[in-house]
Amino acid sequence: MAAATQDTAVSSGKITRVFIYLVLLLSALFYLLPFFVMVVNSLKPLDEITGGNMMALPQTWTIEPWLKAWSTAQIGVEATGLKPYFLNSILMVVPAVVISTGLGALNGYVLTKWRFRGDTILFGLLLFSCFIPFQIVLIPMATILGKIGLAGSIPGLVLVHVVYGVGFTTLYYRNYYASFPNELVRAAMIDGAGFFRIFWRIMLPVSGPITVVSVIWQFTNVWNDFLFGASFGGQTQPMTVALNNLVQSSTGVKEYNVHFAGAILAALPTLLVYIVAGRYFVRGLMAGSVKG
Amino acid sequence: MGFLDISNVTKSYGNIEVLHHVDIAVDEGEFLVLVGPSGCGKSTLLNMIAGLEDITSGGISIKGRVMNGVHPSKRNIAMVFQSYALYPNMTVGQNMTFGLEMHGVAKPERDKALADVAKLLQIEQLLDRKPGQLSGGQRQRVAMGRALVREPDVFLFDEPLSNLDAKLRVDMRTEIKKLHEKLKTTIVYVTHDQIEAMTLSTRIAVMNDGYVQQLGTPKEIYDTPSNLFVATFMGSPAMNILPAKVSMIEGVPHAEITNGAGQTASLRFSQANMADWAGKEVLLGIRPEALTDPEGADRKSRNIVTLQNAVDVIEPAGADTFVTTTLGDVAVIARMRADSDVASGQMFDFAVNMEKAVVFNPKTEKRIAP
Repeated sequence: MAAATQDTAVSSGKITRVFIYLVLLLSALFYLLPFFVMVVNSLKPLDEITGGNMMALPQTWTIEPWLKAWSTAQIGVEATGLKPYFLNSILMVVPAVVISTGLGALNGYVLTKWRFRGDTILFGLLLFSCFIPFQIVLIPMATILGKIGLAGSIPGLVLVHVVYGVGFTTLYYRNYYASFPNELVRAAMIDGAGFFRIFWRIMLPVSGPITVVSVIWQFTNVWNDFLFGASFGGQTQPMTVALNNLVQSSTGVKEYNVHFAGAILAALPTLLVYIVAGRYFVRGLMAGSVKG
Repeated sequence: MGFLDISNVTKSYGNIEVLHHVDIAVDEGEFLVLVGPSGCGKSTLLNMIAGLEDITSGGISIKGRVMNGVHPSKRNIAMVFQSYALYPNMTVGQNMTFGLEMHGVAKPERDKALADVAKLLQIEQLLDRKPGQLSGGQRQRVAMGRALVREPDVFLFDEPLSNLDAKLRVDMRTEIKKLHEKLKTTIVYVTHDQIEAMTLSTRIAVMNDGYVQQLGTPKEIYDTPSNLFVATFMGSPAMNILPAKVSMIEGVPHAEITNGAGQTASLRFSQANMADWAGKEVLLGIRPEALTDPEGADRKSRNIVTLQNAVDVIEPAGADTFVTTTLGDVAVIARMRADSDVASGQMFDFAVNMEKAVVFNPKTEKRIAP
């Protein structure tokens, strides 16, 4: 009765499949709905929001709220818009991500391929840094930043985020490189490549997937951070703090359309990183190094 | 003083000594195979020659230059790994010339060396591919090519064929042998496969428990194994080992064994020194091919003893038929011609070539004759 069993297997497969797609579709709608609300309302004049339905499409389309959020909105005491703060965030996030990812890769390489006495303890300590809550280090960090003259500056923020990120990036790269064949490193040693040459020519070219993971993680965390930005930003506050100042302002009319536009502007870079880098997740760059 | 000299080398991890006083002198152009079961220390020894592991005591020198503490890249060696260890991000050509590039060889010379080796190994059409696009046998060739391009003093092979399927393995084995005969390079080759060891080597070092059990030509190892371990490890099926008692009949030493029916059979020794062991217990080693049907017995042998025994199992293997019988209370395998008229359960005449018998001391397990 092989044929009969196969029939039932196929039809029950169809039912399951419909069910799966239904669940996926509902989940997607659930997650997209808030974003839809934000986009729609950021393109309406304010009176349409205050006077009517949040879910409706705009009757008169306008990009005025976006322009205002970007360049003329009142942030704190000055009407600069979010533009300078966006720049601050970029200036903070790019070096922070690059440095912490680079250090994490180097750490992972050393911890797996150049083992030394006590390396697991060191790794454990690095891992421990992932579990320290931000609030605990605020005061010691402020003291240190003050002493080394980086308080209230972008380099100070970069340092804070690198210190916090290195634990995570090391964890990623160490676990990735642990499955990287040692024989490749040995072959490269016999071929005459040194410590950095092996790292640069052999390890890094196949680290694509984990670098994407690390960059997405670090970029999102550093970009979205509010606490460190508010505490150590000084005059160079990042986007998140500025957005808070825009939305939480207690004077004047609440311009919801401008707030929505500002919020999307603040979220856009992380969204972009996901869209651009996400597809590299699945690429199997290790294929063919050892027996297949 | 050999071309590659391993003298009194030991290796310890903490307090545990895993290699004990290894002494091997390899001449230029020799093909030395290190063979033994897993954990015997053969790969460790190879890694020490390569410089990937420290030498605890003793010395290794190549061309008279002491290599202790010298970086792997400065020993002028090349190694082929079990997993091939091809760099996945580079093309075949880049893989093969990476070593030359690291040693600062100019591009035109690299390209020439690459072209020569690619031609030799017939992989010219693969040079622009990535390792991931190659089959197992092709990867194997590329891995060898990467070693050849460097023109090193010593080639080190770490079980290079164990990831290939059975047929390809035999082909590549022949190919490696051809290559060695053509290039006359010095090779140290690690394997756990005793057939690879026998076919490829000019000399074999059989290792077990961190000791070199025997070092000799394949024929020496096969015909005169120095102890019970070497005797049973080399050869397939393994050498039959049966307990025997030495007795003197008309002044000539004989091996007394019990046959399957519990009766005593006497097999005359060819080895004169067995008279010293009269009245004592020994272990008699007989290779399966020295225990055969009377028509298939070696005609040149001057000492064939025939004895009747019951056949337990027959296993036709195409070229040969393997027959299991019971002698001296142990199961014994005989190798017979494919068309010998042997049937299981019947009595059969077994011809024992006593000239080829090897005798061991049952206490020390060392060979006492021949």
